[in-house]
Amino acid sequence: MASTTSSDSGIYVRDTVETAAKLLVVGPFGVGKTTLIGAVSEIEPLRTEEVMTQAGALVDDLKGVEDKRTTTVAMDFGRLTLAPDLVLYLFGAPGQQRFMRVAPVWQQLAHGAYGALVLADTRRLDASFDAMEMVEKHGLPYAVALNSFPDSPHFPEEEIREALDLSPETPLVDCDARDRASAARALIALVKHVHTYYREHLP
Amino acid sequence: MTPRRVRTDLVRSYVITGGRHQPSRNTHSLELVSLVTATGDRPLGELDPERQKMVRLCQGGYLSVAEVAGHVRLPVSVTTILLADLIDSGHMVVRKPPPAARPTDLDVLEKVLDGLNNIL
Repeated sequence: MASTTSSDSGIYVRDTVETAAKLLVVGPFGVGKTTLIGAVSEIEPLRTEEVMTQAGALVDDLKGVEDKRTTTVAMDFGRLTLAPDLVLYLFGAPGQQRFMRVAPVWQQLAHGAYGALVLADTRRLDASFDAMEMVEKHGLPYAVALNSFPDSPHFPEEEIREALDLSPETPLVDCDARDRASAARALIALVKHVHTYYREHLP
Repeated sequence: MTPRRVRTDLVRSYVITGGRHQPSRNTHSLELVSLVTATGDRPLGELDPERQKMVRLCQGGYLSVAEVAGHVRLPVSVTTILLADLIDSGHMVVRKPPPAARPTDLDVLEKVLDGLNNIL
């Protein structure tokens, strides 16, 4: 962790912060979301879990406790102070089918988010489809980052774009989720794209 | 990097919110990244242990709703309900809610970009 503020007082947001921006880091289980968040976060990544019924409501009846249809959704997140008055929160969220059924959690995550970094693994590109679908459904601009694993096969960019069915304007970058600078570069590619996206969608 | 685990206990969540899953009037303004802090001018004695824990945690400064949830190891949904209660009772205050992302936030995006470039 690159943090220099790991002391107890370091857990707090500076008093001067006026704006909290939010980006999502999405992708299938094990693709490196928490690793990437941890690489840039100034706090130890935190986790919260929501127990949801498949209907999507918080259990409001104790009968639900034994119900196998309840599911737990975990979100890992980190924080980065970018200016005296600005913090960036990075929320990691899985994109599996299981998670899709609990849409209220996704709505909460997507609300107010500027965009999403979709992490993909070239050994199983199709595992990122669900996350891309959710991000598109919520109208969030996104970039795709290929997290490099030691045995990841390398494909020409055009093949990957075709396999993921990416629009020409969607950024596709390589990254090493363990490396702070590499993770930051992937986020920069996302934010540049989001900036262009919103500028072009100004009324 | 293994984040701290949260042990979610449905019964506990149910009990400490009084069975509510709907927020109080303040909750609509609480988002994951809303920043809250303790006011420090209300006694803690009458609060249950979970609410006391939240107020004590926030006596040190501002934290987002998500961070409070992570530190006290409760789901965000439950945390939001309890924080709304604590805002109603004057134990906590929320810094102005973050603006939702919208095209006019280009200046915020530019600051985010500058900040990310600075850490390279």
